[in-house]
Amino acid sequence: MDIIVTYGAVFLILAGVFGLFMAWGIGANDVANAMATSVGSRALTIKQAVLIAAVFEFAGAFLAGGQVTKTIRKGIVDADLLAASPELLIYGMLASLLAAGVWLLIASKNGWPVSTTHSIVGALVGFAMVGIGMDAVKWGKVAYIVASWVVSPLLAGFISYTLFRSVQNLILNTDDPFNRAKKYVPYYMFLVGFIIALVTFLKGLKHIGLENSILENYAYALLVGTGLMLAGKYFVSRIKLDPSADKDFHYANVERVFGVLMIVTACAMAFAHGSNDVANAIGPVAAVVSIVNSGGEVAAKSALPVWVLMLGGMGIVLGLVMYGKRVIATVGNSITELTPSRGFAATLAAAATVVLASGTGLPISTTHTLVGAVLGVGLARGMEALNLTVVRNIFMSWIVTLPAGGLLSILFFFTLKGIFS
Amino acid sequence: MAVGGYMSGIFGSSPVKPMQQHMAKVLACVSELIPLFDAVIREDWDSVATSQQKISAMEKEADVLKKELRLQLPKGLFMPVSRQDLLEVLTMQDKIANRAKDIAGVILGRHMMLPAVIHDSYKKYVRRCVDACEQANRAINELDELVGTGFSGQEIKLVVEMIQKLDAIESDTDTWQADIRLQLFAVEKELPPVDVIFLYEIIEWTGDVADRAQRVGSRLQLMLAR
Repeated sequence: MDIIVTYGAVFLILAGVFGLFMAWGIGANDVANAMATSVGSRALTIKQAVLIAAVFEFAGAFLAGGQVTKTIRKGIVDADLLAASPELLIYGMLASLLAAGVWLLIASKNGWPVSTTHSIVGALVGFAMVGIGMDAVKWGKVAYIVASWVVSPLLAGFISYTLFRSVQNLILNTDDPFNRAKKYVPYYMFLVGFIIALVTFLKGLKHIGLENSILENYAYALLVGTGLMLAGKYFVSRIKLDPSADKDFHYANVERVFGVLMIVTACAMAFAHGSNDVANAIGPVAAVVSIVNSGGEVAAKSALPVWVLMLGGMGIVLGLVMYGKRVIATVGNSITELTPSRGFAATLAAAATVVLASGTGLPISTTHTLVGAVLGVGLARGMEALNLTVVRNIFMSWIVTLPAGGLLSILFFFTLKGIFS
Repeated sequence: MAVGGYMSGIFGSSPVKPMQQHMAKVLACVSELIPLFDAVIREDWDSVATSQQKISAMEKEADVLKKELRLQLPKGLFMPVSRQDLLEVLTMQDKIANRAKDIAGVILGRHMMLPAVIHDSYKKYVRRCVDACEQANRAINELDELVGTGFSGQEIKLVVEMIQKLDAIESDTDTWQADIRLQLFAVEKELPPVDVIFLYEIIEWTGDVADRAQRVGSRLQLMLAR
């Protein structure tokens, strides 16, 4: 207890710094992967992508990041066991944060595929298992989380397959795809707005003080969806048929219509990514803050302090603007054969799956989900060429990331314990 | 920090554009047969030599494109068409250019002269064979639209129509080939016998160009069917 009183301020500062470090890393490296399909389909310029990402990552983190943060903060490590020595939990949280951040740095330097979510969960499980005991880990919840890592790419793939098929049947396979596109794209926009808004509203904006009845939530979501649809109708109607565009690629004009939709979907994806990944940076911070502020009470049911969410959001935006721009540009230039209609199917599927997971408080890997979504379109024969070896490497990276995060966090845990005890 | 997200690595290098570039090169190569035969008819052997060199150079370029494409189809590449089908279409395309080179080579080497009686019909015949190649090129150019629509409905109908037209053109060349052989048969006794043998061979090889173009079409159709 004394340790907390003595070093409380230090712990808070450390938590803030490490949290910022991790959030910066997420902004610098992970956002580019989330925006890959949006930028690769050439519906957005790099500048637009960075702007959209900056605004919507923050919005997603702030408005919808609460549930996942709760899980990272107290859903994995059984805090009750530490009631007698809460400072261990502080060391553990700080260690996990540092471990995940360092692993992210190492992996990015080497170009390895790493999931920020897997890193932090591996780190938390690692320190809890070794630093405290096997019982300290809520294995049931962890199993549930791991299951979601398997389900989310599959679900995203299924949704993207269905979406692309619907685009084929409603628009591409018809006699007049251009006008069909102008007719149906606003409905797709409605879908984007409705789903994202619904999940966000339903799962609670409690932490910013908004509590609505279920009916009110559906109504607001419908409003958002309809608003988007009307805006979409306007922008789409301004697109005139350009006969010269169809010379090289018959569907060029149709793709221009989908370009409008893609911008909206990119916003949704940035929002979704922010909502799920911000927790990786600030979940542990929130845990430390809660313990320090309550003077050592681990089971305190304190609400998530708003400034913590803001820290995470700002960190991501900073990382994105300072470094992530370059990464997005590289990604955008290396993807050459993606069109808005295909990019849209993959991105919306991924965004919907991630937002759903965020609402349910499940930390999932946004990149794996996006990969699953891209594969879904590939299965519908909509992708020119997909590198399955790279896909396999990305999915196999768990095997390295979980223990790496765990080992690093154990190392830092005992280091911190040594410094402060 | 290493620059570059790993998501972009998922999108492998697509074979579609290289296929289209290869076919465009083959078409350019084959189209040179028209000025070649015009020069033969005029008996302007310098122009024939120039045309033969152009054809040979373009056939080499096509070979380079073919080899590059084959190299960038690793086992782990997931495409909407089977790799075998794709490679077979590529091989067929390449054979068209090979035939054109053979024709040019023999004509130049033997200073082959066409008997006056077949001049007009041969001009039409060569034109039609190149048409077949152009039609095959049009069909191959639809590959990216096919992927964009996921190989269904309207676009497939369009391509199937193109292939049917290709079959019709090849059928024309078959008929005209028979006519030319008949015309040659009427005068063959008056010509040096070895030259006549090679003439028949050239007539057949020219028809091959159209045949192979048609086979590109039918391989493409097989690819769509799966």
